[in-house]
Amino acid sequence: MQVQRPQRLAGFALLLGLLALMTGLSLTVGARSVPWAEIWAGITGQIETIGAAAVAVRMPRTALAILAGAALGLAGAVMQGISRNPLADPGILGVNAGAALFVVVGIAWFDISGAHSYLWLGIAGAGVTAVFVYLIGSAGQGGATPLKLTLAGTATSVAVSAFIIAVVLPRNDIAGSVQSWQVGGVGGASFETLLPAVPFALVGLLLSLASARVLNALALGEELATGLGQSVALGRLMAAAGAVILCGTATALCGPIGFVGLVVPHLCRMIAGVDYKLVLPLSALAGASMLGLSDVLGRIVARPNELDVGIVTAFVGAPFFIWTVRNHRMRGL
Amino acid sequence: MSDMSLAAPLAPRKAGTRRLQVLVFLAALVLGLVLLTLSCGRGCLAPGDVVAALTGTPGANASFVVSELRLPRAVMGLLAGFSFGLGGVAFQIMLRNPLASPDIIGISASAGAAAVFVIVILAFDGWLVSLVAVLAGLGVAAMIWALSSRRGAAGARLILIGIGVSAMLDSVTAYVLLEAPAWDRAEAMRWLTGSLNGVQLVQALPVAGALLVFGGLLACTARDLEVLRLGDDTAEALGVRSDVTRLRVTLAAVGLVAIATSATGPIAFVAFLSGPIAARLLPGSRGLLLGAGLVGAVLVIAGDYAGQFLLPARLPVGVITGAIGAPFLLYLIVRANRNGGTL
Repeated sequence: MQVQRPQRLAGFALLLGLLALMTGLSLTVGARSVPWAEIWAGITGQIETIGAAAVAVRMPRTALAILAGAALGLAGAVMQGISRNPLADPGILGVNAGAALFVVVGIAWFDISGAHSYLWLGIAGAGVTAVFVYLIGSAGQGGATPLKLTLAGTATSVAVSAFIIAVVLPRNDIAGSVQSWQVGGVGGASFETLLPAVPFALVGLLLSLASARVLNALALGEELATGLGQSVALGRLMAAAGAVILCGTATALCGPIGFVGLVVPHLCRMIAGVDYKLVLPLSALAGASMLGLSDVLGRIVARPNELDVGIVTAFVGAPFFIWTVRNHRMRGL
Repeated sequence: MSDMSLAAPLAPRKAGTRRLQVLVFLAALVLGLVLLTLSCGRGCLAPGDVVAALTGTPGANASFVVSELRLPRAVMGLLAGFSFGLGGVAFQIMLRNPLASPDIIGISASAGAAAVFVIVILAFDGWLVSLVAVLAGLGVAAMIWALSSRRGAAGARLILIGIGVSAMLDSVTAYVLLEAPAWDRAEAMRWLTGSLNGVQLVQALPVAGALLVFGGLLACTARDLEVLRLGDDTAEALGVRSDVTRLRVTLAAVGLVAIATSATGPIAFVAFLSGPIAARLLPGSRGLLLGAGLVGAVLVIAGDYAGQFLLPARLPVGVITGAIGAPFLLYLIVRANRNGGTL
């Protein structure tokens, strides 16, 4: 599918507009309705009233949604490219759950704390789980079909979740601090925990974006990619490393969040065609918007409570997953 | 479940003896586990004390512990485990795929979501909860069938769509539990994984009723179900109406799984595990329904006991069965891959 240049530009413009809209909504809409004057006061840092303070809390939260959403959307696109599997997603394949497990075990058993340690733990967990799920899913004949990978990911997620509950339930003292690693939420964000994650996210971003050429070649088939002079193994490894760093970082910040990485790349392909040079950056943009909007939705529907964003993305994303299963011709289906 | 029908190289009579042995062994195991649950907890009671407590002898010193705490657990574990095993294997046989068990394709998730919704938001209880859970289970089954739109054997498509439906319904459950003021987070986590904590004998009544009605229906349909495995055309030629059989089995299996789920929460993977385990123990495929029910009961009662007393921390039974079931699912995937099968 060849997409014309004006349409690409329109795609970027559309997604940037959506991102701006999301940022605006995320700062202004919440469990508490705040008048405009106080919103402005909150944004400019004058937190004399409760309303302004609420808005001030929404700023790091929005920043976190943008960072984590971009990471998950991009990681999903890379995973779909590496495994040539339209159902790949950091949540569905269990990678986020693995990252969460490492963080929770680190907190519960080794008394680890601090933003940097969580990030390293998250990335290590994401890496180990990604390798594990891929090995299980691709063992034997037929390679990594969507069904096998999805089942391997689901089984791993269930096992990991059971393990997380087993670690957390007996420990009332840490139940509060690991809460967000069970469902996925951006509510507890602060700029202090967000800043250390930025370099990690940037490294992941660069590695992923740099792998666009390899992913494009892989889309033609492995043999053809090798024939075109691509070092497939090296390229895949680099792309996978980028995706793992992104997933681990996002999960260490806000817990396992699924389906963003599934939905976003498909939407971006509808806008921009199949060229990964476009799909990857667009996925990052759209992922940020999707996570932010889901967070806003979670604040509205459960007033006066808030719904963790992971619940919202699952509810919105699962029908999309079903739609993808029904409408894509896949190996093994 | 192709591997189930391939496992019978024994002579008929020998196979019959072996089958009886296995079933008796499983029943004895269930009985033993029930007795263990009744008599041993933090400390062990003499058999005489247990009997005295159960028969309601006045002044029996352990009557509260035995009849109020341990008996409901044992009874509910037995009934729910049997229901999960029976309902699970019925689905697996009907769809000819071990992965097509109700807890993987979203039937349990729908019953759980519906039960939590009517309990928490509408404040229903008792039989009404069970009824709603069954209706939700049937509705979701029909939806998955329609979405995957394949007759007969369950393709990868049905299973993947079921996984998607599960994920969506689980998010509904999480949402409802969050809305409920009375449920704290730890309680909610227990409900999401399945647990026998705090069950009362009254709650076991609908499960027992369902086992009687739907289990009976399934037993009546067992022969037709067996024939259906040969394929729709062969079944029709043998005088079995495949659509009627399929409808009855679906109704019975959904009824069993949904009512058990509405009582204990979705105890992870019991429905999925019981059938394949029973198939490995039994020679041939006869007695598979009963065997799977017994294995289900063993899994739930043993898992609950282990979660309560054998591990350093008290854990709900769903965590234990989830931790056992997931590796088994991975093993199944790897094995199917090695054989070159398409699952």
